[in-house]
Amino acid sequence: MSINATLIGQMITFTLLVWFTMQYVWPPLIKALEERKKKIAEGLAAAEKGQEDIKLAEKKAAKYLKEAKVESANIITLAQKRANDAIEESKETAKLEGEKMIESAKAQIKQEMQQAKESLRKEVSSLALKAAGQILQEEVDKAKHKDIISKVSDQLR
Amino acid sequence: MASEGGSSGYIVHHLTPLTVGEGFWTLNIDTLFFSAVLGALFIWFFKSVAERVTTGVPGLAQNFAEMLIEFVDQQVKDTFHGESKLIAPLALTIFCWVLLWNTMDLLPVDLLSLIGSLMGIEYLRVVPSTDLNATFALSISVFLLIIFYSIKIKGLFGFVKEMTCTPFGPAMMPFNLLLKTVEELAKPISLALRLFGNLYAGELIFILIALLPAFVQPLLSLPWAIFHILIIVLQAFIFMVLTIVYLSMAHEDH
Repeated sequence: MSINATLIGQMITFTLLVWFTMQYVWPPLIKALEERKKKIAEGLAAAEKGQEDIKLAEKKAAKYLKEAKVESANIITLAQKRANDAIEESKETAKLEGEKMIESAKAQIKQEMQQAKESLRKEVSSLALKAAGQILQEEVDKAKHKDIISKVSDQLR
Repeated sequence: MASEGGSSGYIVHHLTPLTVGEGFWTLNIDTLFFSAVLGALFIWFFKSVAERVTTGVPGLAQNFAEMLIEFVDQQVKDTFHGESKLIAPLALTIFCWVLLWNTMDLLPVDLLSLIGSLMGIEYLRVVPSTDLNATFALSISVFLLIIFYSIKIKGLFGFVKEMTCTPFGPAMMPFNLLLKTVEELAKPISLALRLFGNLYAGELIFILIALLPAFVQPLLSLPWAIFHILIIVLQAFIFMVLTIVYLSMAHEDH
């Protein structure tokens, strides 16, 4: 239990150890730690930035979506208006066409009625002539009684 | 187990170092050998980690080394507020080396001396921190650094002024010098004796337990060993922290 030269030997060993640690152990390890710290910090910053970007993109997407919705609504309204217009237009033309058709039908009917009346009149007048002839037992001269016939025909009108 | 000379002979045998030489020039071969081996172990581990160091995902060894380094670095940063390339590696070396010394205490007391006796070595004391030479070698080195940095930072004049004119002013010069000298000398002495005392006592208790009957020993040596895990780390930690504190005090200019 006495102090002896071991002390000096131990001090030399210690000095060598400290020197070695200072020279070869501490700097590379502490450098690596610093670098890793930096890396982690950068990674975290990048992650944060990424999240920010996502938020921004989400906002943008929402904006676009809103715009698209408005646009589509506009388009739908326009299309509906156009469809209504087209319907209205076709209704109009259909109405006109129908009226035209009715008109022509009416004219035709009138014409046919006229014709029917004419032929009826002729029939009636010839019948009347026949009836009168038989009554009179003689041929009524068409030429002679032309005036009378046409008078009667006119009355039938 | 119990050698010739009874229990006291056994204890003395276990606490006697292996020596060569005479007088002051005696060398404690076991202390020198084991501390050198442990120092080499420390150097080998950290050097191998430092060579393969990566900034990416660290391996197990690197993780452990980084844990120690960050722990020491934090202690240094908390206490020492200057720029120094020396203090942090010094603190790491002290912590790891002393820790390894102390850990030798957990080896069974008879194991290495038995192996030694088989190899024809009569005395073997395996825990370097139970040798005053080892603890004083550390603390005197630290003491020399304290003096060196005190003079380097404050200048020779500033150092002399601090030694003579504080804490009571120039009028009390001799008294100040005495007080400061005692204060400075107390640092290495308390550092060395604290470590030595704790580990020497711990080893002594292990030896005493080893004297008891075999079936009682585990009951006592297990709790003591578990408690000692705390002691060995704590003593290494205290030595390191006080070294940092003393050196940062040396860096402070009043």
